[in-house]
Amino acid sequence: MIAASSPMHAAAVLASFFQGEHNSLHPAGPFSSNIEWLYWVIFWIVFVAFVLTILAFARASAKTYSRAEEMLPIMKDEEGDRKTKWAVGTAITVTVLTLFAVLFMSVITGKKVEGMSSSNPVTIQITGHQWWWEVIYPNPQADQTVITANEIHIPVGKPVVILTSSADVIHSFWAPSVHGKRDLIPGYSSAFWIQVDQPGTYPGRCAEFCGLQHAHMGFSIIAEDEATFEAWEQQQLKPAPDPTDAEAQHGREVFLTHTCVMCHTIRGTDAGSRVGPDLTHLASRNMIAAETLPNTTGALAGWIVDPQRIKPGNKMTPNPLAPDDLNALVTYLRTLQ
Amino acid sequence: MAISEPIVLPHATDEVRLARTWAQPRGFWGWFMNVHHTAIGVRFMVTSFIFFLLGGVLAAMIRLQLSRPENHAIGPDLYNQIFTIHGSTMIFLFAVPMMFQGFGVYVVPLICGTRNIAFPRLNAFSYYIYVVGGLLLWVGLFLKTGADAGWFAYTPLSGPQFTPGKRSDFWAQMITFTEVSALGVAICLATTILRQRAPGMTLNRMPIILWEKLVLSFMVIFAMPAVMVVSSMLLMDRTINTQFFNPANGGDVLLYQHLFWFFGHPEVYIIFLPGAAIVSTLVPVFARRHIFGHLAIVTSVVATGFLGFGVWVHHMFATGIPQMSASFFTAATLMIVIPTAVQFYCWIATIWNGRLQMKLPMLWVFGFFFVFLIGGLSGVMLASVPVDWQVHDTFFVVAHFHYVLIGGALFPMFAGLYYWIPKITGRMMSDLLGKVHFWLFFIGFNMTFFTMHFLGLRGMPRRVYTYPPEMHWGGLNMLASVGALFMAAGLIVFIVNFFQSKATGTLAGPNPWAAGSLDWATSSPPPEYNFAELLTVNGREPLWDNAPNQPIVSGVRDDIPEVLITNSLDSEPQHKDEMPGASIWPFLTSITVSIAFIWSIFSPWGIAYGAIPVVITLIGWLWPRGHSPAPRQPALEGRWSK
Repeated sequence: MIAASSPMHAAAVLASFFQGEHNSLHPAGPFSSNIEWLYWVIFWIVFVAFVLTILAFARASAKTYSRAEEMLPIMKDEEGDRKTKWAVGTAITVTVLTLFAVLFMSVITGKKVEGMSSSNPVTIQITGHQWWWEVIYPNPQADQTVITANEIHIPVGKPVVILTSSADVIHSFWAPSVHGKRDLIPGYSSAFWIQVDQPGTYPGRCAEFCGLQHAHMGFSIIAEDEATFEAWEQQQLKPAPDPTDAEAQHGREVFLTHTCVMCHTIRGTDAGSRVGPDLTHLASRNMIAAETLPNTTGALAGWIVDPQRIKPGNKMTPNPLAPDDLNALVTYLRTLQ
Repeated sequence: MAISEPIVLPHATDEVRLARTWAQPRGFWGWFMNVHHTAIGVRFMVTSFIFFLLGGVLAAMIRLQLSRPENHAIGPDLYNQIFTIHGSTMIFLFAVPMMFQGFGVYVVPLICGTRNIAFPRLNAFSYYIYVVGGLLLWVGLFLKTGADAGWFAYTPLSGPQFTPGKRSDFWAQMITFTEVSALGVAICLATTILRQRAPGMTLNRMPIILWEKLVLSFMVIFAMPAVMVVSSMLLMDRTINTQFFNPANGGDVLLYQHLFWFFGHPEVYIIFLPGAAIVSTLVPVFARRHIFGHLAIVTSVVATGFLGFGVWVHHMFATGIPQMSASFFTAATLMIVIPTAVQFYCWIATIWNGRLQMKLPMLWVFGFFFVFLIGGLSGVMLASVPVDWQVHDTFFVVAHFHYVLIGGALFPMFAGLYYWIPKITGRMMSDLLGKVHFWLFFIGFNMTFFTMHFLGLRGMPRRVYTYPPEMHWGGLNMLASVGALFMAAGLIVFIVNFFQSKATGTLAGPNPWAAGSLDWATSSPPPEYNFAELLTVNGREPLWDNAPNQPIVSGVRDDIPEVLITNSLDSEPQHKDEMPGASIWPFLTSITVSIAFIWSIFSPWGIAYGAIPVVITLIGWLWPRGHSPAPRQPALEGRWSK
């Protein structure tokens, strides 16, 4: 009993229950709040049902308990059954009515969280890949389309439509503080709504088993006020700036002459492959490798050299670069604001 | 035999002749020729219990890996194999073979009061084919080609593009093996129940456990083909390039899920109903009265059998099914709560108006009440579409289905084992060790799995091989892992108890629990002819209700293995039928069928060429042998009547 033997540890366990934004009982928007409300209503209903049933078992057992060692003779007198029949009949009726109530509330809440009407929502296309999320803000004009990965910026208090699809296997998009999950299924596209009312960063994870690195397929929803969101969007629309200092220029050369260019895009350069995440504004993201590592110089270098050690089985090959080349490459990538 | 107490017979020589007629061959080859249901039933139980322990070892490895964040004890590749084989083993190689085949094959003919199961050779064949299927999956794991796409093997992840090699093929063929086995046993059990019940055991008086096995057999017959079809389609996608589940060529990955869950949800009830039936059998015995609401319970079992086929989409709420369609399945799922609630109320009422004797099996029944109740009620929460969107595919669901499956099958299984092991081995189990086992297991179970509800609400998805420390899931996971140690300790106590009881336990005698069903009307362990005298029945609990001058059946020959056939509704004697005797052909056929199935993993020609030896062994199996030699003395018509 490691946990119980140390009160400190037990307290830490209890405290940990209330931490973190990745929690279906910490709603940050109308959808997750509606579901949270329904959760607690059904929870209290089944809690009462549990207590009543256990009490009935306890009463029945206490009433008729016998300590006899040998098996007792069979009871012939079943007079008590007539009264019990009424009790059982009542219990069944109450059960059926309660289940109807649960069904009713579930359908009503289901209607509420199914969608909302808005003439001018933000639309975001999410495509699941093994093991990262492609995030596109579609626009009829190609140069007005934002393409990024794993970090989804949305304006606070505004309805957002998420369009889903998958490039390979089934994934499931789930940010518990924002909404329930929705599967991304190859061959199918679907749409659902989200809305966040509190500014902040809300983590999410893939919830459908999708292979070796299912565990490291995170994303985050960053809710910010309208002005910040628009500024972010404008920044993302720009192509990557040309590097000014010599090291970053060397870094770009490294990028364009090594395997990086086989999979990644940096708009404004010749790199245009869509196999891996778009890196045009890599430095503007908080995390790399689908929320696996912080976006720091050291983590970036470690990831480039040996991604297979950090995320075994992922699709990026190791890059044994010379130290100078690696430094230059990381310096260049850090300029991609 | 030495430890049994033979029923005193008016004509002792009859019993000697019966023993000779029904004797199964001994020795090494004799083991493979045995077709008696008690032997095959015990084999199903022992084999599936071994698979249960193996699956438990994998569970312990899962708990070891998840006990700390960023743990590197097990890598993702091995971890995915471990949880896939754990789930597949527990469902396909343990729960169904133990609860349906094991208990069913052993107990049903005894409760029917007949001398062997119908189609005993098919029954023996079903056992061997199940063993091969189980070995196939585990040999795959040890050869590092363990299935790794989850016990549900969703496409396209399990398809040729994303799981090259033979991993998913081993899994898909294991399904075929185990489901052929379950189908074979379903046919044997349904036939036994419908045609071999003792005279007087009308449908109205049929014990609940027989009703449940009958409903279950039909559920198996309707549900298992769906999963065999879907696993065969997957295999064909992988071996002969069909495109059933390839969206790029017009295939449909959701079709796989529909077919899989059309089997998968009835499967849950195929696992739970035997547990409920054990509870309905034990509660009256230990409350010392007839069960309250026999008709209501039977109706509930039948209703569950039907409703179980109408809820499969609740595994797919997050796929984007429209709200109204999904709500239909919410309604169906909530509706299936009703028959289960009815059974709970009837059990409470039985105890309420009875005299509760808290013997060891009943302790486990109370464990079932507590654990299954929690699982059933968290099921009510999951039935709601919006709530399911949050907790689906998280540890909340892991907690839920361990509460329903361990609660609904494992606790009743231990109740059933403590109850019937005295019948099977002839010796009682230790009461003290049984209680230690119970409390270790009960506390450990709740520690491990109740914790997981919180993990799920805190957002921990299923099937992750590790998790980052920032998520603060470490403490709860450690608690869950410690609970697993308690469960393991409990299981060790059970195994010790079993072997100690087998060696030195008190003799049980024919009916240690003073129970009312016919399985207790013969010695413990039963002889190979089951009953020296074929009994008739005068009530739902024959040994409690029979008249002092209850007639027994006469005219069934004892020099050939003959059983009495009765009609389905009123169980009036109709005719007699000679049972097939011991034979090596079921074993040989299982070997040739296995060769064809396994060969087909590696080449589609395996089915074509592999069919040739199958046909040869089937010819051997079905070769007519004429009628039994004429009796050496006249049939004993009327001699046993009192």
